[in-house]
Amino acid sequence: MPDFKRPHALTDVYLHYCPGCTHGIVHRLVAEVIDEMDIEGDTIGVCPVGCSVMAYDYFNCDMMEASHGRAPAVATGVKRANPDKFVFTYQGDGDLAAIGTAETVHAATRGENITVIFINNTTYGMTGGQMAPTTLPGQITQTTPYGRNTDIEGFPVKMCEMLSQLDGVALAERVTVIDPANIRKAKAAIRKGFEYQKNKQGFSIIEVLSTCPTNWGLTPVKAIERLKNDMIPYYPLGVYKDAPVRNKEGA
Amino acid sequence: MAEKSLMKGNEALAEAALRAGCKCFFGYPITPQTEIAAYLSKRMPKVGGVFLQAESEVAAINMVYGCAGSGIRCMTSSSSPGISLKSEGISYIAGADLPCVIIDVMRGGPGLGGIQPSQADYYQITKGVGHGDYHIIVLAPSTVQEMADCVTKAFDLADKYRMPAVVLADGLLGQMMEPVAFDDAEIVMSDASKKPWAANGHKNSRKHNIINSLYLQAPELERTIRERYERYAEIEKTETQAVADYCDDADIVVVAYGSTARLAKSAVDEARKLGIKAGAFRPVTLYPFPVNELNAAVKNAKKVLVVEMSMGQMIDDVKLAINCSRPVEFFGRTGGVIPAPAEILEKIKEMGGND
Amino acid sequence: MAKMEVEFDRCKGCGLCVTACPKKIVEIQQEKLNKKGYYTAHCIDDDACIACAMCAMMCPDCAITVTGGKK
Repeated sequence: MPDFKRPHALTDVYLHYCPGCTHGIVHRLVAEVIDEMDIEGDTIGVCPVGCSVMAYDYFNCDMMEASHGRAPAVATGVKRANPDKFVFTYQGDGDLAAIGTAETVHAATRGENITVIFINNTTYGMTGGQMAPTTLPGQITQTTPYGRNTDIEGFPVKMCEMLSQLDGVALAERVTVIDPANIRKAKAAIRKGFEYQKNKQGFSIIEVLSTCPTNWGLTPVKAIERLKNDMIPYYPLGVYKDAPVRNKEGA
Repeated sequence: MAEKSLMKGNEALAEAALRAGCKCFFGYPITPQTEIAAYLSKRMPKVGGVFLQAESEVAAINMVYGCAGSGIRCMTSSSSPGISLKSEGISYIAGADLPCVIIDVMRGGPGLGGIQPSQADYYQITKGVGHGDYHIIVLAPSTVQEMADCVTKAFDLADKYRMPAVVLADGLLGQMMEPVAFDDAEIVMSDASKKPWAANGHKNSRKHNIINSLYLQAPELERTIRERYERYAEIEKTETQAVADYCDDADIVVVAYGSTARLAKSAVDEARKLGIKAGAFRPVTLYPFPVNELNAAVKNAKKVLVVEMSMGQMIDDVKLAINCSRPVEFFGRTGGVIPAPAEILEKIKEMGGND
Repeated sequence: MAKMEVEFDRCKGCGLCVTACPKKIVEIQQEKLNKKGYYTAHCIDDDACIACAMCAMMCPDCAITVTGGKK
């Protein structure tokens, strides 16, 4: 086993996330992929509004902060002007699947050569735990104090399932980071997204089922259990689409 | 300058944008500016540029944010209701100190309003557009040639001061055809070589750049805003532009911008034929407002008349600029109705220009 | 020799490393708070560490380094 060290693409700034929040794991996986592909100097990351709003301080590549939900549009602007650079967005569920749904769907259907890292933790973390588009039926949040009632609040959005129907999508995969085995799979999915981008083969989204111990009112370890027992049955892990939109450039 | 060709205002503006090195255009269809998008969709692929029709005005302005953040000259265009949608993005662009050009070909409002020419968005454009403490540069052409010239200048000023610049036109100018000439120079697409702040990949040769408008520490946010206002002070001092005709001896100075200024000028010409000492003053820059130029123009005037295609918006800036040192009256048509020179002339006569 | 090290001030004591360790040799110490006010994780038996780095993989704060694994 090689030594396990902080990847270069991750800055040494202390993360502001709550104890046990899995954002940090996903940040590290993205950074490891950037290191392994040796693309830090050619990568531009786009942060969302939400808990990961300050992710621009955590990555050593160039970074941009988008307004709420608009990261895929911002990424499109960067990528169209710089087609040979790597561009990724890092977005939460409120950002990507509520206020930014249009930007997400249209970047996907255009087959933008970008990689979207989508953190689904079934809640708005930054504002204190309100209902998210992905909040599970029955789940208690600050704005669903009696539990999400699907007759009133409707049903959760299943982004990977939705986006897998679009021709512009090369990769739609749902992963999680609840244990080392799943972390390895999550990293492989992120790597695949970046590889598709390298070859200009279309839009990739990696949805990462994540925890929010603070707003779920659980210890970090119990939060992992909840994810396993409640979230995965509703949001099954797996590859929803893996079909490059374009041939590898030059092939 | 090359030979003159007959072009629509919207198309002349689009061609001038290309020639200014605008590499990327992101837009969304809305009357009466759609020719800009249509023209660039044809031209951009031929000159190595990017034309992309976005899914919304909101997406288009955020694509501009991303592209501008990577140091590339880019532009979006819209009309009044679309500018309302872009206002969030414009605030972010101003807050992140990014240069870009935004075209607003105004139509009647509020709401869906109408599609006829209007100047009812003067407040919206010159007073900030989106949320927060900031300004954007606003240029108001009054001819098709100026549509072209203003967009070139807008790109230069945007880059010079790292802020958004707007070309504020109206449906009349956008649709009007007039002769226009462009520089013969070869079209060269912009790059980020002179923008060391750009987030376009650090190539392992510098610290990472961050494009951002978030400052959680209040004193830090105040510092960035104050720095920006130092730039605004410089702009207000050096970048104002206006045209004054017959103002030296004028009893009544008629102030108007954009296409309305042409109508006002016709009325002033007629008034002069009738022996009325009228002058015409036209701000070209609406932000920065040409305060000194206006004060010089009204030096000998008894009264000021402001003419707008609105219920009166720029009139506030005129009153402030001259510190209400003279009576300021107003004539306007709105909702897409264009004021006739004869109506303006009547107003000039009514104001005592016949004494 | 395998060694798991926790950056004291970076650790938030979330305990995910404790559950990940197959050798059950990671614990949250209850004696000293770090700068941020957390009790931190540490390895209680260096000799038993096999440098599998599962603790580090689970760490959300990238506070753990593991060295000395068999190459």
